[in-house]
Amino acid sequence: MSLWNRHKIFEKNSIILIAGILAVIAIGGLVEITPLFYLKSTIEVVEGVRPYTPLELAGRNIYVREGCYVCHSQMIRPLRDEVERYGHYSLAAESMYDHPFQWGSKRTGPDLARVGAKYSDEWHVTHLTNPRAIVPRSVMPGYPRLAHTELDLTDMAAHLRTNRAVGVPYTEDQIKNAVTDLKTQLDPDSADLASFQKRYPKAAVRNFDGSVGNPTELDALIAYLQMLGTLIDFKLYDEKANLR
Amino acid sequence: MPSPPLTVKSMTMGEAGLMSVFAVSAYVCFFAGAMGHDSAFSFHALLASAASLAAASVILNRYYERPAQLPPAQIKGRPNYNLAPIKFASVMAMFWGIAGFSVGVFIASQLAWPALNFDLPWTSFGRLRPLHTSAVIFAFGGNVLIATSFYVVQKTCRTRLAGDLAPWFVVVGYNFFILIAGTGYLFGATQSKEYAEPEWYADLWLTIVWVTYLIVFLATLVKRKEPHIFVANWFYLAFIVTIAVLHLGNNPALPVSVFGSKSYIAWGGVQDAMFQWWYGHNAVGFFLTAGFLAIMYYFIPKRAERPVYSYRLSIIHFWALIFLYIWAGPHHLHYTALPDWTQTLGMTFSIMLWMPSWGGMINGLMTLSGAWDKLRTDPVLRMLVVSVAFYGMSTFEGPTMAIKVVNSLSHYTDWTVGHVHSGALGWVGFVSFGALYCLIPWLWNRELYSLKLVNWHFWIASIGIVLYISAMWVSGVLQGLMWRAYTSLGFLEYSFIESVEAMHPFYIIRAAGGAMFLIGALIMAANLWMTVNAKQTDQIKDTGALQVAE
Repeated sequence: MSLWNRHKIFEKNSIILIAGILAVIAIGGLVEITPLFYLKSTIEVVEGVRPYTPLELAGRNIYVREGCYVCHSQMIRPLRDEVERYGHYSLAAESMYDHPFQWGSKRTGPDLARVGAKYSDEWHVTHLTNPRAIVPRSVMPGYPRLAHTELDLTDMAAHLRTNRAVGVPYTEDQIKNAVTDLKTQLDPDSADLASFQKRYPKAAVRNFDGSVGNPTELDALIAYLQMLGTLIDFKLYDEKANLR
Repeated sequence: MPSPPLTVKSMTMGEAGLMSVFAVSAYVCFFAGAMGHDSAFSFHALLASAASLAAASVILNRYYERPAQLPPAQIKGRPNYNLAPIKFASVMAMFWGIAGFSVGVFIASQLAWPALNFDLPWTSFGRLRPLHTSAVIFAFGGNVLIATSFYVVQKTCRTRLAGDLAPWFVVVGYNFFILIAGTGYLFGATQSKEYAEPEWYADLWLTIVWVTYLIVFLATLVKRKEPHIFVANWFYLAFIVTIAVLHLGNNPALPVSVFGSKSYIAWGGVQDAMFQWWYGHNAVGFFLTAGFLAIMYYFIPKRAERPVYSYRLSIIHFWALIFLYIWAGPHHLHYTALPDWTQTLGMTFSIMLWMPSWGGMINGLMTLSGAWDKLRTDPVLRMLVVSVAFYGMSTFEGPTMAIKVVNSLSHYTDWTVGHVHSGALGWVGFVSFGALYCLIPWLWNRELYSLKLVNWHFWIASIGIVLYISAMWVSGVLQGLMWRAYTSLGFLEYSFIESVEAMHPFYIIRAAGGAMFLIGALIMAANLWMTVNAKQTDQIKDTGALQVAE
């Protein structure tokens, strides 16, 4: 009996066919995905990486909501031109607290993995409101409404708690003070500044959108953009540390 | 004439059960809508409430209007095929196709003329792009797949589709998912995982619909009257079951509140990236390839009136394709923080994938042997065959781009967009058009209104595709080269914005190509409209299941 005849078992039994399909498609995924939860290079811990502050997290959610990832990557590849254009290549650790990741797949605009601290807050305010006011040939949409939309603070603690449930190590203290911390980050004169800085070391504290009043979506988005890629001090980073 | 057996009309378990589920859901969703934390959630909950109410009353109405007995499985010894849900899905496919192509042309124009974003949240590129991709892939492609799979599985098994309400639940439920997903993007409700953007409650709903789809399909296979399962059904089954696995693997998320749209995905960082592209590439592999290969294996032989070229090749094609595809995902993550070994595996399997892909292409094309002359006279067959040629082209381009050195240039550029569209417009688009041109006349028992219009559709759309993909090739390679260009002094030669400026003419050409593709689809819709509304003919013969050649 030729091998071809043996295939009849799949053609005559729908259940065996479906079992065969499941077995065949399981292998590749299991081999490629499972080790990523255990390998040193994918779960490395690097000095300086911390969970997002409530304001940054709110900004990140606006970044996600507006689909910024559709045109901007956040993943610098270790290629000469990319490292010179954007900065040190991206590490796995830099997105370890990203649920979901924002590496992107297309650069209609430039990579943003290390855009933090590259431009002033005023630059971002003008650019996000009307990109062509700063970059005349830009094709980016304008987002003038962000400056006039108050940030929704109602579920802030729940956002942090949900993140903790999926693996981001927020402390009870950080969750409890989520709304306070969010407001403190916008106000360098706040009485809570010291406890905020203890909870989120080296986080930038200032009025990001430059306007007085309640926190706006623009505040949050700029706070997020200004911290991107700034957590690790690459003068101290030991790239050999995670080699086996 | 024997008198019909006397039966007391009573509700089936399905009718009673589904009606009560929808009644409860109408109430619960209304309550959830009132409690909603954000406008997207409230809108969707109220929409679900209204839809549940409508569904419950439609089921009740259907019960009152139907005869005491459910439609028989056979009439005079011939299978009594269930065609109405297929008609619904085919009409929806055409509708969503035109909607999706239109959004595509619009967002392509936004890249050429950014003023078209109008600086409003719900008209900006970032929100409309997922609307475009979901509308063409899941709404247009999905409805074509559901329609053709329900048709093919009945015909090749010579049996009526399993279930009474279940097939309706699948087609209507799936389109409701599309509605929720699409309106969600406009509200900014998105998980930001490409091709898996819908939020958690849409994902849950899709899971229910999809599992029902799998059960209906499998149950129809189980009660088949033919000893063998026809090759097209292997591909449909692999498509349905693998999409279920991918959907579940990629989407586990925890909502911030059960009354809010926002959720956080269980996976983070590099693991999330790998899950995403394991899903993303296999959405291409199983949704856009395996499913449409099933269409190729039924509709091309049927239209050409020739058997499938090689039975053995189809066995190799099937198993090799589904085994190798799953591995290819990491080629979307070359040179990223994903470990090198995973990237290398992804690249290696992507290159190997070229072989079964071309095996399938050969099997499709060679089916024409002895009937090549029909390409001159039958534009529908020509469309189907050209789609397979495009399939061959993009499955050669894909492995090329999966090679790391090539990818270092092509990744993040328009080349990727061009590659996707040679597959999406040329392969998926054309094979779907060809299938609908066959299916609509079969379903409504009519002659196709005009082959001349099909010919116009074919040529306008083909020229559109050529404009689109060649513009994207040039712009993609240009972009890649500009980003890595150095001056003789060792400085980067171009700023990023200079590469953006250089894209402008190509973005205009691309939008023009897309517009031509859209015009072709509008011609098609008119042609099919005239077909359905024409006088009935009795000349359509029922040829039943196909035999494959040894």
